[in-house]
Amino acid sequence: MAEIVLDKVTKRFRDGTEAVQEIDLTIADKEFLILVGPSGCGKSTTLNMIAGLEDISDGELRIDGDRVNERSPQDRNIAMVFQSYALYPHMTVRENMEFPLTIAKLDKATIKQKIDEAAEILELGPYLDRKPSDLSGGQRQRVAMGRAIVRKPKAFLMDEPLSNLDAKLRAQMRTSISRLQKSLGTTTVYVTHDQTEAMTLGDRIVVMRAGIVQQIGTPQDLYERPANLFVAGFIGSPTMNFLPGELVNSSIATAIGEIPISDRLRSGLSEHGPTGRDVIVGIRPEAFEDSRFVDDQTAFTFPHDIDIVESLGSAKLAYLDVDIDARAHEHFAEIAQESGAEDVFGSQQIVAQLDARSPVREGDSMEISFRPDDIQLFDPTDGTNLTEHD
Amino acid sequence: MTGAQIRWSILNLVVVVYALVPVLWLLSLSLKDPSTFTDGKFIPREWTFDNYKNIFDVGEFTRPLINSIGIAIIATLIAIVLGVFAAYAIARLDFPGKNVMLGASLLIAMFPQVSLVTPLFEIERRLGLFNTWAGLIFPYVTFALPLTIYILASFFKEIPWELEKAAKMDGASPFQAFRKVIVPLAAPGVVTAAILAFIQCWNDFLFAISLTSTDRARTAPAAISFFTGASQFEDPTGSIAAAAVVITIPIVLFVLFFQRRIVSGLTSGAVKG
Amino acid sequence: MSARPISDGKAAERRLGWWLCAPAALVMLIVAGWPILYSVLLSFQRFDLRFPDDKAWIGFDNYQAVLSSEYWWNAFGVTTFIMIVSVAIELVLGMILAIIMHRTLVGRGLVRTVVLIPYGIVTVVAAYGWRYAWTPGTGWLANLLDESTAPLTERPSAIAIIILAEVWKTTPFMALLLLAGLTVVPEELLRAASIDGASKWQSFVRITLPLIRPAILVALLFRMLDAFRIYDNIYVLTNGGQDTSSVSILTYHNLIGGLNLGIGSTMSVLIFLTVALIAFIFIKVLGTSTPGSDK
Repeated sequence: MAEIVLDKVTKRFRDGTEAVQEIDLTIADKEFLILVGPSGCGKSTTLNMIAGLEDISDGELRIDGDRVNERSPQDRNIAMVFQSYALYPHMTVRENMEFPLTIAKLDKATIKQKIDEAAEILELGPYLDRKPSDLSGGQRQRVAMGRAIVRKPKAFLMDEPLSNLDAKLRAQMRTSISRLQKSLGTTTVYVTHDQTEAMTLGDRIVVMRAGIVQQIGTPQDLYERPANLFVAGFIGSPTMNFLPGELVNSSIATAIGEIPISDRLRSGLSEHGPTGRDVIVGIRPEAFEDSRFVDDQTAFTFPHDIDIVESLGSAKLAYLDVDIDARAHEHFAEIAQESGAEDVFGSQQIVAQLDARSPVREGDSMEISFRPDDIQLFDPTDGTNLTEHD
Repeated sequence: MTGAQIRWSILNLVVVVYALVPVLWLLSLSLKDPSTFTDGKFIPREWTFDNYKNIFDVGEFTRPLINSIGIAIIATLIAIVLGVFAAYAIARLDFPGKNVMLGASLLIAMFPQVSLVTPLFEIERRLGLFNTWAGLIFPYVTFALPLTIYILASFFKEIPWELEKAAKMDGASPFQAFRKVIVPLAAPGVVTAAILAFIQCWNDFLFAISLTSTDRARTAPAAISFFTGASQFEDPTGSIAAAAVVITIPIVLFVLFFQRRIVSGLTSGAVKG
Repeated sequence: MSARPISDGKAAERRLGWWLCAPAALVMLIVAGWPILYSVLLSFQRFDLRFPDDKAWIGFDNYQAVLSSEYWWNAFGVTTFIMIVSVAIELVLGMILAIIMHRTLVGRGLVRTVVLIPYGIVTVVAAYGWRYAWTPGTGWLANLLDESTAPLTERPSAIAIIILAEVWKTTPFMALLLLAGLTVVPEELLRAASIDGASKWQSFVRITLPLIRPAILVALLFRMLDAFRIYDNIYVLTNGGQDTSSVSILTYHNLIGGLNLGIGSTMSVLIFLTVALIAFIFIKVLGTSTPGSDK
């Protein structure tokens, strides 16, 4: 049980590139913290620095108040679950789980008791004498978890532990990891590139990009108040829609019409003020609705042709082609490239998630509504959120 | 059998004949009665084990055989131990000088041994190592090292990195991680490297005749070339053939039991390159 | 606290790397590095063990003596001839053998096992087998010839037998290196080629050969360097008689027979330079990758 503090922790390579830049982060005791971001964002490097598998170039890492930068992994009392599980192929399941305990020179009886306990929790009892090569993916994953929990470490570090499983198993294991973590109450740092995993598992999420922390917050925070374009685009599925807009008196002129500025947005704008009159408007697909199902008087409604409709069963996704001017498009493309999400930004398409009962069909023209207060405004020069600064 | 199977069987037979006939010829020669040596027949007319009895009775072969076994085993063990350390470092660790080490190994592997014979002869004479076991073990270890380092390094490289990280995270020191995780997984590679190193040491002739002068350290291949026969007037053909068969036995055993290992060991370096 | 350029972990890794390599490096340095240097030094001296007091630095005199000696050039020519002819034959036979090992439908294990016998057998042993086989009277092969001939006593036939012994022993090694190349040629490519209408021979020449070029070059390099040091076979078959000395045999005779360390060392250095030149041509000119050596 431990509190982990990263104090301006930096990872610099020999050629001078910084994989991680001055991370400040306090991970509370018992917390489940997620590091999320596209590949190459520095999340795994950060995890490896906490583990002691990679050196910290600058800054300080403290576990329970003690500086541990110079401590080797075996002196940090931290357990890790690897993406490949890293089960020792020459040992049985039991021997794999015993390994950290025999290294710690515990007596036989204690070891046996701890293994039995862990096997019970993870339902590994029948497999204890098998070799990893005789196990399914899910079982291997559980053995890896078992090896981590048997010695009751100060913290768990998990490096994309579910990414080698198929979708169904992944969802199952997600809930069991969450339950396990709650019941053990062990501080956990979990790395993933999957925003769904991040949103469902984490007490708090750290979004990283190119070695820099973009935002730290609860899943709800990140969803409702993304600090910048990158976080807004990364969190949420389907991805948030972005439209160039221009501030005109009390409304924002966009390709889908003049959206009125709500009180919340107005106060945000007066506080942070954009550098010019251009803004980027972000609207979540879930904010849209078929006007037929909306009786909110404040809703903003616009007519549009529907190009494609996808039915998800529980909802319908409608795709609208919009006319975005080339200059703004270029800017999007740039942001998109930097964030490694080309397919998301810069498309000239809006995705709207509509009620499943909506009778909309491809080629129809229909009216779509959303609450003007549900939108986010971003500064087009640096991508920061203009209305939701802390 | 299909036509294709028959065709392949014939080709296989050709290969088997190619590989075995010269060996069977020596075997046949060693079993021939000395009076029938000059009949030139491939199959002995009169069978006898006298040639084998002779080489062990006279004693000119026993001591060299012991020398061969002892020297080859000791050199192999040393080469394996040193090779495991170096190969692990080369495959796993990042340190300056690694490429120099690899380059030097390659250089030695390609080095003409005869170029070392002259200076080693002189150096060993001065140090009193000439005509001793140690005098042969040193060069054998040196020439077996490149082979063992390359084979072992390619085995070490195949062991996933994460296993070692996992061991560290499980509280193991680097040495514990090496001993408990890496070594057991590399065991097949170690066996392979050991067999090939042994064959190489067992095979050597040039060092053996250059750096020895008596039976004190002379190995079997060298001793054979000095055979004179049981008596001065006797033709050594039978003794040579019998001794040749005896020192071929370990090779045949290795080949029979470790065929896969030897093939994989010999080919690993070439593919990875 | 100031930042450190190399942290403990990195420094420890470096130290561990050096320590682990040190013993092997030390042995190689003492047993190979120092003698190499020593032989270079000896090659510039007059040093004959029969006249140990007559030792002196004589510059390039030894080199001049060796390079103007017809024995040396004869041995050099014989060695080069044996190297080129035997490696050329081995390449063809080795390729056939590799294809048989790779493709055979039956008895793959058997084929792969028996070819290891020539590879593993002690060279001297095999050489005696060939010597007796070609000895008139004793040998089953000699008996196939005209009775009055003694093939090992005539230069052309003696060299041919040396090449035969060399080829028999080392073709399997060549074949294994080529087999390693063959196994990495994707089967799909060959299937695609046959669908594109290529015959087996065409797909071998146009697809397989270019793809295994690296393996061929490596095999050629290893075998040429190895063939240039040929010693054991010649020692047993002719011991250099009938002008069949290789450079290694000649060097050995100057050392053990002649006890002339200066001349012997000079020859050692020249052999080393030749081998280095061959390696250089393969690596720099032909672009052979330098892999793990196996021989």
